[in-house]
Amino acid sequence: MSDLRTRPTTKRPPTGDLAAEGRRRRASIAAFYTVLIVVAIIYIYPFVIQAGTSFKTDGDSTYNPLNPFPSLFTLDAYATLADVDFPLWFRNSVIVTAFVTVGRVLLCSAAGYALSRLHFVGRKFLLAAILAVMAVPGVVLLIPKFLILNQLGMYNTFSAMIIPLLWDATGIFIMKQYFDTIPPAVEEAARIDGAGVVRRFWSIMLPMAGPALVTLTVFAFQGSWNEFTHFIVARSSAETNTLTTGVAALTTGQFGSGNRYPLKLAAALIMTIPVALVYFVFQRKLVRGQGGGAVKG
Amino acid sequence: MALTSADDIVVATHGRGADQAPRPGGPRRRSNRLHGREPVLAWVFVAPMVAVALLFLIVPILMALWVSVSDWSGRGSPLASSVQFVGFENYAAFFSPGLAQRDLTTSIRNTFYFVLLVVPLQTLLALGLALVLNSRRLKAKSFFRTAYYFPSVTSSVAIAVVFLFMFSASGPVNSILGLVGIEGPNWFADPRGLIHVVAGAFGVEQQPAWASGSIAGISLWQWLAGPSVAMVSIIALVVWVSAGGYMLIFLSSLQGIDEEVNEAAVVDGASTWQRIRHITVPILRPTTTLVVTLGLIGTWQVFDQVYIMSQGNPGKTTLTPAYLSYTTSFGSAQWGQGTAISFMLFALIVVLTIIQRAATRDRENPSGRRRRARKEVAS
Repeated sequence: MSDLRTRPTTKRPPTGDLAAEGRRRRASIAAFYTVLIVVAIIYIYPFVIQAGTSFKTDGDSTYNPLNPFPSLFTLDAYATLADVDFPLWFRNSVIVTAFVTVGRVLLCSAAGYALSRLHFVGRKFLLAAILAVMAVPGVVLLIPKFLILNQLGMYNTFSAMIIPLLWDATGIFIMKQYFDTIPPAVEEAARIDGAGVVRRFWSIMLPMAGPALVTLTVFAFQGSWNEFTHFIVARSSAETNTLTTGVAALTTGQFGSGNRYPLKLAAALIMTIPVALVYFVFQRKLVRGQGGGAVKG
Repeated sequence: MALTSADDIVVATHGRGADQAPRPGGPRRRSNRLHGREPVLAWVFVAPMVAVALLFLIVPILMALWVSVSDWSGRGSPLASSVQFVGFENYAAFFSPGLAQRDLTTSIRNTFYFVLLVVPLQTLLALGLALVLNSRRLKAKSFFRTAYYFPSVTSSVAIAVVFLFMFSASGPVNSILGLVGIEGPNWFADPRGLIHVVAGAFGVEQQPAWASGSIAGISLWQWLAGPSVAMVSIIALVVWVSAGGYMLIFLSSLQGIDEEVNEAAVVDGASTWQRIRHITVPILRPTTTLVVTLGLIGTWQVFDQVYIMSQGNPGKTTLTPAYLSYTTSFGSAQWGQGTAISFMLFALIVVLTIIQRAATRDRENPSGRRRRARKEVAS
């Protein structure tokens, strides 16, 4: 890796012939590109096949699985999707995602602001508690979440699907850490002018936290659009299926036994598109968030 | 508290702050201007999140703890007076011979092989891609990074559907295998363990006498089965999906390597290999520990893929503890045993998380390591 780096000539090693070193570098760069491209094909080709197969007939998808181009172009898969409850699932996903995203942005920034800026008894305890709760693995919460939703009579309702998802410890920390970087002088001026806490938060600090808010929004959108396990335990009625539970039911339910791959792949493709668009537009946010966030635990 | 808080917010947004409002308590607050009503408002700010966490995280866990020591059968409320305390009976079921023990042991065996393959493979793939992508001369880096990370942001359901097709009997993977003359298996219907398949190639078809002893409900021969063919396709999926995320962690750590150290090593005449061996590897060690423990935490929880792709089949060879706890509760209405599995899994993951946090702390203070690395190269 480091042999590919341009080094100042004064620091060139005393040994070694320049031309030979140049050849070696070119060879290793070629090797690196080969590795990257082969792996990239392994990463991209499944999506290409997915898109192509969604326009095939069932038979075509079985006989020419590797060819992304349909021998007979058909929109049958998409037409069938419109007939099953797919539009309803899409609508439900939009509703849940919208509420969860807006809710998380508001609640995380309010909590993040208080934890960053306000003095109150229990602040340190709260920070430690949030960190501790973050360690609770999601899978372990499946049955507990069902128990409480069932107990409260919320099972099979949209509030059962939305409210528990509002909790976002990472989001709170993203906001807190961003508020920490804004100089106290900014708020001090407003405080002297008589602005209260809520106004300083809403009119001064929040508008300054644009980048963190974008990150939070992107994460909340992606997380709630892709959410699956929570919807397995929060509901079971057909009317409350989202894209994730609906498409999962396609693979196990009425179309599970037959090889209705164009249909299933078309459904999976449509549910991927919104997140893909957001990813390509905001990828720097998502990429940096993953690298940085994970490192901080 | 919620009512007064709403009132506070209205007051504050209208700008009748500490200095203007002629209201009770005003003069006192003027003298206490630094913090004023902050403590109360602060709790108002955090209250919604705290309420959600209490109601949908803390209380449910306590309820589940109760269910795990009760005989609740799923009818009515687990808090009803008819539900009896049964002590550790639900936990004990897994420590005495029977179906419950056999299923849990099988799921642990399956996940053990799953973890054993996924964690090293995804870590190596992530590290390799990060090392290659870190070279300065490469162009189109962001294109490759985007491609490798894309599966990580995509819905697990959508990915699982794609892989169901990829690994279907007449799907793309078997077509590729066919091109090189291999007849691919019927992946999701094949319960044969990989180690058994290899043993079969050497003529060991039946359970040998020495492997007939039973450990925790399944025979040694079953323990040694290896991941089933069906599990291999889930392993392929998980490695493919998660390598991108870990690659980013490695990349951010590689970018933190001080160029001076490398240059000093070059001046001292260190070869490329020596620099990787004595600078890159030591600096990446804490990051690798982090990636491995994050991988362990993630893989022991595998659930979505099993739910969508195999439901524990074929022959229970893709059963995992997380999926077993789900089916035991929701399927067989053995809520006590289901939650008991959850808490045993919880304990395992907490231990792994503690290790991970220790590794993260280590990583945030790598300066000592870098100095050591420099010294090692210099000597």
